[in-house]
Amino acid sequence: MAALLEARELHAFYGPTHVLHGVSFAIEAGGITALLGANGAGKTTSLRALCGMIATRGEVLFDGRPVRGKATEDIVRLGVAHVPEGRGTFASLSVEENLRLGAYTRKGRDGLDADFERVYRYFPRLKERYRQQAGTLSGGEQQMLAVSRALMMRPRLMLLDEPSFGLAPLLVQAIFDILRAINRDEKVAMLLVEQNAAQALDIADHAYVLETGRVMMSGPSAEIRSDDAIRRSYLGY
Amino acid sequence: MDAFLLQVLSGLATGGIYASLALAVVMIYKATHVVNFAQGEMAMFSTYLAWQLIQWGMPYWGAFFLTLAISFVGGVAIERIVIRPFESHEAELSVVTVFIGLFLILNSLAGWTWEYTLKSFPSPFPAEAYLGGYLSGHQAGLFAVVLVTLAIVYAFFRFTPLGLAMRAAAENPDSSRLVGIRVGWMLALGWGLAAALGAVAGIMVAPLVFLEPNMMGFVLIYAFAGALLGGIDNPWGAVIGGFAMGVLENIMGVYVVGTELKLTVALVIIIGVLVVKPAGMFGRTVVTRV
Repeated sequence: MAALLEARELHAFYGPTHVLHGVSFAIEAGGITALLGANGAGKTTSLRALCGMIATRGEVLFDGRPVRGKATEDIVRLGVAHVPEGRGTFASLSVEENLRLGAYTRKGRDGLDADFERVYRYFPRLKERYRQQAGTLSGGEQQMLAVSRALMMRPRLMLLDEPSFGLAPLLVQAIFDILRAINRDEKVAMLLVEQNAAQALDIADHAYVLETGRVMMSGPSAEIRSDDAIRRSYLGY
Repeated sequence: MDAFLLQVLSGLATGGIYASLALAVVMIYKATHVVNFAQGEMAMFSTYLAWQLIQWGMPYWGAFFLTLAISFVGGVAIERIVIRPFESHEAELSVVTVFIGLFLILNSLAGWTWEYTLKSFPSPFPAEAYLGGYLSGHQAGLFAVVLVTLAIVYAFFRFTPLGLAMRAAAENPDSSRLVGIRVGWMLALGWGLAAALGAVAGIMVAPLVFLEPNMMGFVLIYAFAGALLGGIDNPWGAVIGGFAMGVLENIMGVYVVGTELKLTVALVIIIGVLVVKPAGMFGRTVVTRV
């Protein structure tokens, strides 16, 4: 399969601080790729670098075309939906308005109603709350809203930053199940950043393990999961 | 009708001017987190443009709408050219300095172009007074113009995708970029709208106060007081605050402090709100973790 997104020797900086030291990875079209590692390994930074939210050096190809150095909104408009760390919902706007914003880049209103229905099928809870201010939702509901907003874009690639963060264990399982269903039904590729390595490896086809801004190892999820040494030293379970 | 009630009504009419300008101030504040001290001077400059167009023989409403369009473009241009370079620095003090610079430049430019002598500004509304002389024809007309303007602004922000995108961009620029909104342009559009709103306020107040480069000074103080009273980060709170200031100005001026001291009331309210409840009546208290 061809890579939908490919990073080659990607470096990233927060001001003078050099955070990514030349990481390379590829995301297959329609697949789920996991980006694992401890706190401060550079997972979130990698996502931010892909979206042009911080200073970078190196090469990023989306669909074979170079996108590094483009403005965030231009990269997004190619079909890249980033569900950021901390969810990034618009707290003062209603659930419905948040979802409407997800479809902002789409031309016209064709299929908008169908998309609302599609999203509500995955997350019926949001339909009950569509008039409510997003800031008043629980953490789990906000995570659902963040994923749903990304879906409204009809993306080709979703960048998911710790979708399980701060959620109760039961809810974590539910979110992962839905992500897997979305990936299967919508044929949307996913790059999944997680500290919850066991669960991420369960749904990913391929994984990269980061440490202090470098790729320490990569391979099919099954291989990484079965390697005790890696599991103990990098994934902590 | 009761004289007191009539004073309230006439206060509401002038309050419409403060409400429009307060709304303009809040729109800029929400995007930049700085109060635009030049908002009044921008409105004054727009009013001179309208006056000039009318002098050149343009019909009143033609001049009115053309001035709004020019002000909109001017507001966008100011954001793009003068404010933009300072946005990324997150240095609020430099933005304040730019605002003061804009204030001085627009004030001097108007004085230099049109001189400092008082000019009378025409009103398109009938000269007759209503309600036993308490409400002039111009006040009634300006009240209607302001209400229609506010309704259009409300509908724009509430019901159009662009309005929604502008609200999103002001609330959370990072997330807005992640849904593909061009945040920089949204801020510029906000400046354009604020400038056009200011133009409405300036053109509507001009027949009451005469046209001169410092005409918006006291109007801006009332608008600031209104915005603070309603909540500096709440557009509709600011509108209500603006109307309230108009009423308060009238009541205090007639029954309590007299006309010479009524501007003091606005200043007392500004200080009072800042000391007692900085978020205003409808504002949100912002808590920052340090």
